Amino acid sequence: MPVIDLMSGFVGELRRAGLPVSLTENLDAMEAVKVIPIEDREAFKYALGATLVKNSSHWRVFETIFEVYFSLRGSQYNIVDPSEEQADEFWRDDQDQAQLGQGEGRGAGGGGLEALTPEELANMLMRALMQGDQAMMRALARQSVARFAGMEPGRPVGGTYYLYRTLRNLDLDNMLAKLMEAGKAASQRETTNLEQRLAKDEYEMRIEQFKKEVEAEIRRRLVADRGAEAMAKTLRKPLPEDVEFMHASREEMQSLKKALFPLTRKLAARLARKRRHGRKGPLDFRNTVRHSLSYGGVPAEPKFKYPRPAKPELMVVADISGSVAAFARFTLMLVYAIQSQFSKVRSFVFIDGIDEVTKHFRATEDIQEAIHKVNTEADVVWVDGHSDYGHAFEVFWERYGKDINPKTTVLLLGDARNNYHASQSWVVKEMRKHARHVYWLNPEPRSYWNTGDSIVGEYGGHTDGVYECRNLRQLEGFVEKLV
Amino acid sequence: MTNAFASVAQVRDGLKTINYLADDGIAGVVYLAQRLGKPVLIEGPAGTGKTQLAKSVAELTGARLIRLQCYEGLDESKALYEWNYKKQLLRIQADKTSDSWSEVHDDIFSDEFLLTRPLLEAISAPDPVVLLIDEVDRVEVETEALLLEVLSEYQVSIPELGTITAKQIPMVFLTSNNTRELSEALKRRCLYLHVDYPDMEREKEIVLAKVPDISANLADQIARIVRSIRQLDLKKAPSVSETLDWARTLILLGVDHIDAEQAKETLHVLLKYQTDIAKAAKELSVDE
Repeated sequence: MPVIDLMSGFVGELRRAGLPVSLTENLDAMEAVKVIPIEDREAFKYALGATLVKNSSHWRVFETIFEVYFSLRGSQYNIVDPSEEQADEFWRDDQDQAQLGQGEGRGAGGGGLEALTPEELANMLMRALMQGDQAMMRALARQSVARFAGMEPGRPVGGTYYLYRTLRNLDLDNMLAKLMEAGKAASQRETTNLEQRLAKDEYEMRIEQFKKEVEAEIRRRLVADRGAEAMAKTLRKPLPEDVEFMHASREEMQSLKKALFPLTRKLAARLARKRRHGRKGPLDFRNTVRHSLSYGGVPAEPKFKYPRPAKPELMVVADISGSVAAFARFTLMLVYAIQSQFSKVRSFVFIDGIDEVTKHFRATEDIQEAIHKVNTEADVVWVDGHSDYGHAFEVFWERYGKDINPKTTVLLLGDARNNYHASQSWVVKEMRKHARHVYWLNPEPRSYWNTGDSIVGEYGGHTDGVYECRNLRQLEGFVEKLV
Repeated sequence: MTNAFASVAQVRDGLKTINYLADDGIAGVVYLAQRLGKPVLIEGPAGTGKTQLAKSVAELTGARLIRLQCYEGLDESKALYEWNYKKQLLRIQADKTSDSWSEVHDDIFSDEFLLTRPLLEAISAPDPVVLLIDEVDRVEVETEALLLEVLSEYQVSIPELGTITAKQIPMVFLTSNNTRELSEALKRRCLYLHVDYPDMEREKEIVLAKVPDISANLADQIARIVRSIRQLDLKKAPSVSETLDWARTLILLGVDHIDAEQAKETLHVLLKYQTDIAKAAKELSVDE
């Protein structure tokens, strides 16, 4: 396929994945491709990255799509039909031998990898991981996929399934412990804790790298089987800021956490700047006259009253039951990261009982640790540990209701799935009477609201607004509005 | 440019000779920037050698480095050009009688009365230059617009004089610590380079190259420990420059093999928050 067709498909896929690629950037990429030969894959990748991706959090998405569109192609990556396997074997052996070269000589014992028993394969993998032998690890990844993944041409199964099958057969979970032990035996003396810790990090990284190799290998084979377009579609993942809180996988959670930190910094910088550069106020007559004295009574330098908007007080009341816990965590993290923008932040968490957790955040600078404490120490279960908004709100009003004053903004977080308990929505109504604003943030998609046991409408009517906050982008938008 | 690069590998090797260890990404983008004549926007955590890259490229190509340090409140007269009002005033007063109005008018708006600021200086320089626009995220969004004409057309328009176009296209580097999102317009005109913390091997090489008299063994240990620390959940992960400081500290203390005790005692060189230090000390001394 000529490069230009490949490129337009590639750019199209980037746009579909949500990356903002403009026309000029596309043209720049074409220029860059002219200068950098496609054969130098790494340089080629960075050239495309530099011209098309202008945000470091989008890099991973870019990398995946790049792998799909510009992966190494060739008949050796085809998924082999069992019937044809015999004929193909010789050829593949040659390939392996050629690629292995030095790795083979160093201790694999010669011969193709095909002939090994599963135990021997596992041993070789362990040795490769011990020595950090890149070439060997790559060859073993290929071999494991060919052997264990059980891929069949044309079968519409996603890559994760094959990945799972391959890794299960390799028993990587125990590999770390085995490596640690082998490492200890090899050093022949007592190792210190520090050394062990460093060794562990090293091995973990290598195992992770091996997993990536396996993943890449599976992807290559799938692309060869189904074509780039179809593969890209199945692999399409949301950008970190578009990941939904309620359905994030563990890996996505990690990337969310990483994305949150720079976001809070940017948000804080922006808000502080906004506050400083507020609009000019009316003429401050007194001040102007006072300053005119130094010009002999001529008011040469007019002075203005700069409005100093009071910082709001914030009360965050969050449901932390299973389904919405992640959302509550992110909101609390965000709010505390920019707490200098508020005069006071108090936080409460509930499931069916409610507890104030402000002190956990005050005791430590480390937000992660505070969140951890909230999860373990807060007393939030009253009867059975199923969300009961009604009871939680009632207790809240009883204990803390008097602290709500006209400067307070109350944030209620949750999906309002009340398990058919009494709603006690009068509490929200009362809150609104006393507070400056009451907002409700719901992590569920709008179309799910008020279905099943969700009664967000009943509460929402008494608030100043109910906002859908499914991802970081929406959350950020709301917080900026709040301050 | 006096020394044009012929390939990515040449850029990387060249930078290596002046002790800047670039990875494939960095070398690739520098090469591309020179071939396409486009500015490079470098983003990444503090202390990963963003500014140093521009300096090193200047050194490598034998070009003069012109630096514009950005800050809040930077304006046209500090970044682009300014008329030398005092000199203009003197010129008018010097011979009030002889010149006609139009002559004076033409005269005082000429090159002689123009004070060049970094951007204009880079554009009008006859010799090869590298322009470094440092911490561009510090200026306001509105001020960013000042840069756009320079970055895309390599020219500066002065109403009284006309347009000054670059005699040669300078290499331009912009650095950003990512404290705010830069405008789309600016990003679109640049090649984007994200410089992250180096991987262990590269960090080890950096330590070896930058710290004299360090043994390979110690450098390896330092790089490993720093990598482990960076994996922790910290307020501020150690930067490359802090790694180097740590290495120098250990050399001064005469350490050639780090044990947990020494690591703990010198952690304050690497980490700057008490909570981070406590966390790292705890992590490094306990086994899993």
